[in-house]
Amino acid sequence: MQPIIKRNVFTLLVLVLFQLAAHAQTDIDAIMMGQHNLCVGPMYSHSSWKNYWEGTLKRNNQNLGTVSTNMYSIMGVYGITDRLNFLFGAPYISTKASAGTLHNSRGIQDLSLWLKWMPLEKKLGKNSVFSIYGLAGYSAPLTNYQADYLPLTLGLHSRNLSGRLMLDYQHRGFFVTASGTYQYRSNIKIDRTSYYTTEMHITNKVDMPDMAEFNARTGFRSFRWITEVFFEQNRTLGGFDIRRNDMPFPSNRMNASIGGVHIKYVPKKLPALSLEAGGSYVLKGRNVGQATEYNASVFYIFPLSHKKITTPHTCKLCRL
Amino acid sequence: MKKIISLSIFAALSSVIYFSCNKEVHGRTDNLPALNPASQDLNAGSWKTVLLASPDAIAVAAPPATNTPAYIGDLNEIKGYQENLSDDAINNIRYWGAGGVLRWNEIIREMVAKHNLPPYQNEDGTYPAPNSVNPFNYPQFPFSNPPFAARAFAYISAAQYDALVACWYYKKLYNQPAPYTVDASVNAMNGKNDLPSYPSEAAVLAGVTSEITKLMFPTEVANIQQKVEDEELAAIQSGTATRTDINAGEALGRQIAALFTARAKTDHAGTAGGNPDIWSAFVTNTTARGETPWFSLETPKRPPMLPLYGNVLPFLFDSITVTKIRPGYPYSTKSGEFEEQNKAAYVQIKNPTREQERIVQFWADGAGTYTPTGHWNAIAAEDFIKQDYSEVLWARNMALLNMGQMDAAIVCWNTKYFYFNPRPTQMMPEIKTLTGIPNFPSYISGHSTFSEAASTILDHIIPANAAKYEALSAEAAKSRFIAGIHTQMDCDSGMVAGKRVGNYAVLRAEHDGAE
Repeated sequence: MQPIIKRNVFTLLVLVLFQLAAHAQTDIDAIMMGQHNLCVGPMYSHSSWKNYWEGTLKRNNQNLGTVSTNMYSIMGVYGITDRLNFLFGAPYISTKASAGTLHNSRGIQDLSLWLKWMPLEKKLGKNSVFSIYGLAGYSAPLTNYQADYLPLTLGLHSRNLSGRLMLDYQHRGFFVTASGTYQYRSNIKIDRTSYYTTEMHITNKVDMPDMAEFNARTGFRSFRWITEVFFEQNRTLGGFDIRRNDMPFPSNRMNASIGGVHIKYVPKKLPALSLEAGGSYVLKGRNVGQATEYNASVFYIFPLSHKKITTPHTCKLCRL
Repeated sequence: MKKIISLSIFAALSSVIYFSCNKEVHGRTDNLPALNPASQDLNAGSWKTVLLASPDAIAVAAPPATNTPAYIGDLNEIKGYQENLSDDAINNIRYWGAGGVLRWNEIIREMVAKHNLPPYQNEDGTYPAPNSVNPFNYPQFPFSNPPFAARAFAYISAAQYDALVACWYYKKLYNQPAPYTVDASVNAMNGKNDLPSYPSEAAVLAGVTSEITKLMFPTEVANIQQKVEDEELAAIQSGTATRTDINAGEALGRQIAALFTARAKTDHAGTAGGNPDIWSAFVTNTTARGETPWFSLETPKRPPMLPLYGNVLPFLFDSITVTKIRPGYPYSTKSGEFEEQNKAAYVQIKNPTREQERIVQFWADGAGTYTPTGHWNAIAAEDFIKQDYSEVLWARNMALLNMGQMDAAIVCWNTKYFYFNPRPTQMMPEIKTLTGIPNFPSYISGHSTFSEAASTILDHIIPANAAKYEALSAEAAKSRFIAGIHTQMDCDSGMVAGKRVGNYAVLRAEHDGAE
């Protein structure tokens, strides 16, 4: 079975608005890659926003117009065992504003690594299965891009450690997955020697508040399809609001409530291949752009041992 | 396998905890030792003042003798505080112990950054202007943009200097020993020295600064009053000054401030914003000369920033001199040379390197920051800390720097609106800039003028650092070219103007009695 490795790429990418860490995927689905199989592929994502929240005040900015971000990423999952997967991703990002005079940005952003572990997968009666997952993630900048160039920066340049607990329940084809994530963010250094938040800081170091994320998704898993909708809440645990008509700053309190859809398809004749697509929209936010995002990706499974490719079966019940 | 997993989760959690405990960010000047001057400059009462007619122009009565009940009562107040100092009180004593001129300079920088936000437009596309009569209404007064900030720093620094010269005059005259000298049981929390304590230099600074900030930052009066009380309490609790020293110092400071606020009300800054007729006259006059006039690159178009600031009364020379040291005509906007200048800016911004981005951001000093003048105050202050200056010498050097910064702003603004020259992006819209484009004409570069004026003055004050200041100034000027904000011509002429202004400050420094 192939994980939907891309999913969280996009929600976190959406936040590339006033960029919540645009790290590559933190995997958020309840599917594991089989042992010794490597699944890799490219992903493209586009997000744009015209309105944003200055603190809690929603506004537009004629000197930015529409801010858009294109992301081209390589991502992969390797099955260390059937119950332990290793995930990786690294995006190239370009940003631009349609109005005003600010210069665009482009470059390689952060490397993301995850370990995904499934300690429990238990069948409940004939038609249901319940499973628990623990994930640990690390991401760090691959290049020395500038964080203090919001909203057109590539990312926020912090190194991040994440811990996630995820629960999944499937009944026949229907499933529900819920997860909670805590992300520790390292301090960053900016090119200025001082900055003002709610007070003056006579230093180039910025204390980046940690983040929490809650994600719930539901839909159907069948033999070769997954279709799902999701809702996600991102919260910055601290930080400050953008003042009236000020520029955004990396340690702003960036919050977002995001809704989205996602589809995955495995062709019958080429079961090592999967095609995925999705989209999302920021319903409500704080110090972030109201981004609309869509994405598409293609993944292919390579068996790295003599074992055959594990069947790319997305239904947990059928497999058990 | 399970063991490995448990171990790695444990390791991950431990590192989270480890990193979390080490996230606190400290400022570079948070934990400074107490000011310990190499010399107390006891003759500073004879240094040349800025506005004060003579050091004794404002009378200060003699202090009570140290054996009088009044003085003993003051000592008992100090002893009472010192019996039970809270951690907050000790931190406050340490904070102010690093130096009053330094701490007030940092506070002013903070206020400038806090208020340096361009107003948001009205529904009809016009812009509201801050109003000092209703300072709390949006947009709050002031919008402390670069020229406003330069002037605020100058008035505060010059007034602090005059006030401390008078303070030193009376210190020497009355020669009142410090409380810890009079009574050995008084603890000298910030160290001992031989500076007479009456009137208190801390209170002089608190009084003079708070009076001027009432004018410059009227929404901050309550905030500043708290700082006044903090500084004065620190002086008493540290055993440095008595209540009587404080009261005399604060009164002296406030009276000297009145000379400066009176000047500020009539220095023409109040009308520097102009009005719609004046704004359009710039366009008409420039067009009549056969040149392309500047226009705002913001949407909606914002009125030019303080177009009549070039008429403000300078500190270091008269208004006629402003027009004399103003740089000559730039290349005509219709000339091939001008086109070449803008093309060079375009070539520059196409593929910026990371180092170029660093230089641009280091010097950006745009909205929400303490402006280029604040930046040079920060550079100067962090070097002055290492020089072990007395408070009065700190104030003298900051006054030279900031009178120079204000006068540089006046000459620069006078030049900008005399020529009303367009920005590179106006001539070539494909020029995208690495930071925001300021809303005023291009020729001459403000950063270049401010920075070369500052480096010329600082070269004179700390000759050992001259090479460093010159390199910083050159980098500041270059930052505006590589950002796409200015042509090379703007930066070069800005540096010429800045040098001319800086030399006037050096001339004053050579004759003010402090050297």
